[in-house]
Amino acid sequence: MSGFAGLVARDLRLVWRRPGDVAVVLAFFVVATILFPLGIGPEANVLARIAAGVLWCAALFAALLSLDRLFAADHEDGTLDLLLLAPWPLELAALAKCCAHWIVTGLPLAALAPVLGVTFGLEPRVLWALAATLLVGTPTLSLIGGLAAALTLGARKSGALLALLALPLCVPTLIFGAGAVESLATGGDFGAHIAILAALALVALATTPWAIAAALRQAGE
Amino acid sequence: MADLHFLASPARFRRLSQRVLPSLALATVLMLAFGLYLALIQSPPDYQQGDTVRIMFVHVPSAWLAMAGYGLLAALGASLLIWRHPLAALMARASAPVGAGFCAVCLLTGALWGRPMWGAYWVWDARLTSMLLLFFLYLGHIALSRAYDEPERGDRAAAILALVGVINLPIIKFSVDWWNTLHQPASVARLGGPSIHPSILVPLLWMAATLFLLFVLLVLLRTDTEIDRRRLENAEVQS
Repeated sequence: MSGFAGLVARDLRLVWRRPGDVAVVLAFFVVATILFPLGIGPEANVLARIAAGVLWCAALFAALLSLDRLFAADHEDGTLDLLLLAPWPLELAALAKCCAHWIVTGLPLAALAPVLGVTFGLEPRVLWALAATLLVGTPTLSLIGGLAAALTLGARKSGALLALLALPLCVPTLIFGAGAVESLATGGDFGAHIAILAALALVALATTPWAIAAALRQAGE
Repeated sequence: MADLHFLASPARFRRLSQRVLPSLALATVLMLAFGLYLALIQSPPDYQQGDTVRIMFVHVPSAWLAMAGYGLLAALGASLLIWRHPLAALMARASAPVGAGFCAVCLLTGALWGRPMWGAYWVWDARLTSMLLLFFLYLGHIALSRAYDEPERGDRAAAILALVGVINLPIIKFSVDWWNTLHQPASVARLGGPSIHPSILVPLLWMAATLFLLFVLLVLLRTDTEIDRRRLENAEVQS
């Protein structure tokens, strides 16, 4: 377990020394979100109606945008070879990488989304709900995106390919994430949506590390 | 399983497929000719849908084959990752575009049927949406298997993707069903009510059998081509 914590700490330290990489992702999230009012028009009830879907889609794109370097840097400088040779499971290393990715993208996105939600005219309780759904849903995005990043490691045009692989697999998370926020307005069961969102995250947690490790082993061969 | 392992050698598969292909092609053409007669001339127009019901004779089997094709991809992927069968990689590479083709045919014929029946080429019905997502899963598989300079790497990455995709397909299907019922009630006409009359069912099953043969034929042909292509590439590397 100390290896797991060590790997997470290492990735966080790397990000800490180059904070610009995270800032770019968050700036993308903000810009992508504010394009929607500009494109659709400033009508308040339309914006409040689409806010959850827009913020969720923008968060999904922002999370994917930051993924293509997840394993590439380690692949280039030889860290990945050491992880493959290390005596502890590669599955744990994969999980640690995704965990670090979530801390530097999922968490800030969940924190930033309510602020942007204010500009869409959302009520306070909806803002809290939005942050909660992103908090529960973004781990799934990091895990599925991590798998796509591992599969496309060393491929030609890996960025666009990564998005093509990850987006269909992220559809359930998007549906229940945006649906949870919307259920507040339509009188649906918010708790049930969150529970399914958490179930999706647990399924991803239980399955993707193995698939990521298998993909990384092939990249190392 | 022993028989499948027997087929894992590309050379042996090639000898066998060369023997089977001519008669399979002939059978497909004959069945297609009779199937088209059944579907276009012999079967009566539906009392509600009129002649547009004939689109269903291509549409429904294509949907079945598109779904079965992804199952085949996953089985081939498992066979490649577990036993490292060289043939599984070549066959997956050969069958993914065929499956994607049937998926596209299903979506296109569905749009052509939907325009006169529902008044729209596309509606965000749960079935349509999950079929579209299946199409994108196919595209991802095709793109990934061809994205590497070493083809073996692409084969194995695509095999993992196919396995992950097949686990995710029920989840995607379930969530899209949920999403659709959340947004709008299902308001679509169903094919011929609760039961399908034999005058429609017989041509439908006949066409399903025909298109299944066509699927097998195309996969075998393309697998042969992939074997040749891989041999050529290896020969170029050696010389």
